[in-house]
Order: sequence, then structure tokens, then C-alpha cells
Amino acid sequence: MLELLGISPIQLYGQLVLGLINGSFYALLSLGLAVIFGMLNVINFAHGALYMLGAFVAFFALDLLGLNYWAALVIVPLVLALVGVVIERTMLRRLYQLDHLYGLLLTFGIALMLEGVFRHYYGSSGIPYAPPPELVGPLNLGFMILPIYRGWVIAASLVLCLFTWYIIERTRLGALLRAATENPSLVQAFGINVPLMLTLTYAGGVALAGFAGVLAAPIYQVNPAMGSNLIIVVFAVVVVGGMGSIMGAIVTGYALGILEGLTKVFYPPASAIVIFVVMAVVLLVRPAGLFGREA
Amino acid sequence: MLDRAPLLKVADLQAWYGESHVLHGVDIEINEGETVTLLGRNGAGKTTTLRSIIGIVRKRTGTISLRGTDLLKLSPHRVATQGIGYVPEERGIFATLTVEENLMLPPQVAEGGMPVDEIYRLFPNLLERKTSPGTKLSGGEQQMLAMARILRTGARLILLDEPTEGLAPVIVQRIGEIIQTLKTTGFTVLLVEQNFRFASKLADRHYVMEDGKVVDHFTSGELDQKVDSLHKYLGV
Repeated sequence: MLELLGISPIQLYGQLVLGLINGSFYALLSLGLAVIFGMLNVINFAHGALYMLGAFVAFFALDLLGLNYWAALVIVPLVLALVGVVIERTMLRRLYQLDHLYGLLLTFGIALMLEGVFRHYYGSSGIPYAPPPELVGPLNLGFMILPIYRGWVIAASLVLCLFTWYIIERTRLGALLRAATENPSLVQAFGINVPLMLTLTYAGGVALAGFAGVLAAPIYQVNPAMGSNLIIVVFAVVVVGGMGSIMGAIVTGYALGILEGLTKVFYPPASAIVIFVVMAVVLLVRPAGLFGREA
Repeated sequence: MLDRAPLLKVADLQAWYGESHVLHGVDIEINEGETVTLLGRNGAGKTTTLRSIIGIVRKRTGTISLRGTDLLKLSPHRVATQGIGYVPEERGIFATLTVEENLMLPPQVAEGGMPVDEIYRLFPNLLERKTSPGTKLSGGEQQMLAMARILRTGARLILLDEPTEGLAPVIVQRIGEIIQTLKTTGFTVLLVEQNFRFASKLADRHYVMEDGKVVDHFTSGELDQKVDSLHKYLGV
């Protein structure tokens, strides 16, 4: 069947894996965006830049402190969470009473500054970051050869996405988050410190972006532009999935990654726009997104 | 009774929604164990008074003190932990939470809250439906849930905002029984009601509000003499 279309299975599987890899990053980033938007009503345009910052912090940790990849996977999300706390406490917090647009402009400004600073010092060519030796080499799946590191990225992001989903949908902390998303002043009137929850939510979303940055470093290199290349697609994913929907962000992230990969096989010229076409159709047919609740 | 300091004292309370000045001097005192109602027409400021006490309305002047603690100075999430439970108008059930999650949401603020088993015994419907989304319950069940989740917290002062609004008479009667039970077990209740007949059976005293002020105050014993002026205040 595939041969009839002039497509080799190897090519198909290869693009599927690439799609899954891209989808892993779409899912991790759009998940953070969706959580932040749900709780804070802030469209966090800095998300891509913070993902890039995560990759750079991993690079600095290795270069300056000699901390390897595994250490970076733990340390970078913590450092980024701290950056998130500072941004939320000193800047975002002042904007909650205002229109969404102000939060978007502020975070857009942060994104431009972060990217500008790193471009100034590191130029626009990427810095290589070697994958950990444990994850170098091929993995024979029978029908195809998969570089171990790529398999790891897919597995790690899947586990982290499901873990985040579990926390939000199945634990008491998640119930507090969902309730505060719906009616913050009532949750506060029950005696819960909602401002603290907002800070921690932003920090958590940013930590996810940082984790994604470390995962990405060995694949895409550490590059000041890596975030801005991704963020527009990630916004499209959030729109398709439905603003504020957790499972929507995850499923749509992987699905659109795969769709993009398949388009590269069947009709390569459309691969760069297929996600945006889907977004336009979804906006026309179901403006709240595939998984969003109708307002 | 008279020589004791009131449990809750609200004096010259003024409050604003943004620029709009809604409360113009509210004075209320409630003693421990009393059930007191706030009566008045729509827009008289009853709900705003409750929201000011619990700290949802932030722009306030005057005095709100609970056992001598100045609630105006507390950040919003510290008010409930003083031992106040709030049942908002339209129940405030969370749609994205299950019945059980709604029930368990408010943190305990004092010892002696109602154990969950007992809540489920008192409200068997909530047990049956504990995994469904909170807003899939009927209006009456949602009201029970809104009250049950506060009973769990150990709060002894309950602010109840129009618990009977939009409910069928048989449910209204059930809610009346629950409030009666609260009363006999020593809870202090501040009840906002439009349904005067419902309120008069439960409460010890009544405050009447108009245009953001308390304009009258009487006990249930004085009710008969007050019927005419009440008709005027409430427009019934």
C-alpha cells in the first residue's frame, strides 16, 4: 500500500518518531501554558524564552559547574521555578486586575529581553550539548532503529505530562487549583492562600518549560532562538486543544506533532502550515477548542 | 446575655465595589448561639454585608470584629480560619470538582467539625453522587452540599446567603430543619433571606436593611407589632 504511494516504511516511521518528538515538546509546553492561563488568566508569551533559558542553564551547569545532564534535569526545573517566582511576585501579580492583554505584553517583553541578551552573548548559531553517554546509541525496535535518546525524550515527556495531569485532576492540590481557577475569591473565603497558589502555579508551569529545555538541548542544540521557533506552534496547540484544558493540551500536543510528521511524508510542502490550518478550522467550527468547555 | 461581648460585632461598616459606594454604615451584633437574619429587598446590601465580613469585598471601613479580633486587618484567607463558614448565594459549587472534592475542599478551621461519615448519613444523596460533577446535582442537593462542606470545617459561625432561593417548598422545609439542628447544637448563624416566613420561624432576631444601611432591628417576639412596617421595607 505504502509502496504504491512511493513511500518507504522507514521514511514513514522516521517521520512518525520525529513527529512524536516534536509533539513531546508541544505537549510539555502547552501543558504549562494551559495551567498558567487557567489559573492566572495570563497568556504567558515568555514560555518559549523560559524553555530556551532552561537549555542554557543546563549548558551553564555543565560548562561552569561540571554538572551532567541528569543533574541538570533536576536542577534546571528548580532554578526555572525560582525565576518564575520572581517574575510572578515582582511583575505579573500587579497585572491580574487588568485586561489579559497586559499580561501578554509583559511576558512578550520578557521573552524579547531574554532572547536578546542570549543572542548578544552567544550569537544565533547553536551550542552543542552532548546527550548523556547512557542514552547514546541505537535501539532496535524490530521494524525500525530508534536512537535511544529520542525514545527517552518521548517516554520522559509522556510520563511527566501524565504525572502533571494526575496531580491536577486526581489530588487534593489539584482540586484546589481547579476550584481556584473557577472562583478564586470563594476559595480564598474558605481560608486558602490563593495568591500563594498563583505563584506556585506559575513556578510549576515555568519549571515544566525548563525541563523541556533540558530534554531539547541534546536534540536541537542550545540556541537563543529555540524558544521563539516553538512558541507560535505551541500557542496553536493550546488554541486547538482548548484554553485551560489539561488533557486537551497533552493530547493535542502529541496529535499535532504526529500530524506534522505525517504531512512531511505525504505532502512535505504543507508540513510547515498544517498545524495552523487545523487551528483555523477548529476556531471556525469549535471556538472553545477540541477539549475546551463551551463558555 | 446582655453583659457579654457579642461574638460578631459589625459597626459603621461602609463598603465599596470599585468606585461604587454600597454599604453606608451597617451595625450588627450577634451573640454566641444566636440565629440572626438580615432582611431587605434585592440590592439593599445584605449579600455585600456577608461578603464584607468574610473578606471577599476588600474596600471597607468601620469595624468587623470576631471575639475581639479585627477582621478588617486580616488578609482574605485568614478570615475563615478564625472560625467562620461561608455559604455563598447560588451555593458556589465548583463544576470542575466532583461532589466529594467539593465537600472536602474547605480546609478545617477548628476542632469539632462534623465527621464525613456523619455528613453522608445526614445527606445520603451526596454519598450516592459523590463521584459526579458538583453542578450535576439538583439545586436542593447543591445547597445541602454547600452547607455540608462548611459543617465539616469546624466553623461555629455560619454565614448563610439565601439558602432557599429558587428551591421547591419541600426542600426549603428540609433546609429549615437543618438550620434548626444547627441552632440547637450551638452554632451561630447569620442568615440572609428574602423569604421572611422562612426566616421568622428560625431566627431569634432580625435586622432590616435598606439602601446599604440597617434601618430596623427587632426580636422574633416583637414580630406582630412590626408586620406593617416590614411590608413596607420588603415590599411584599
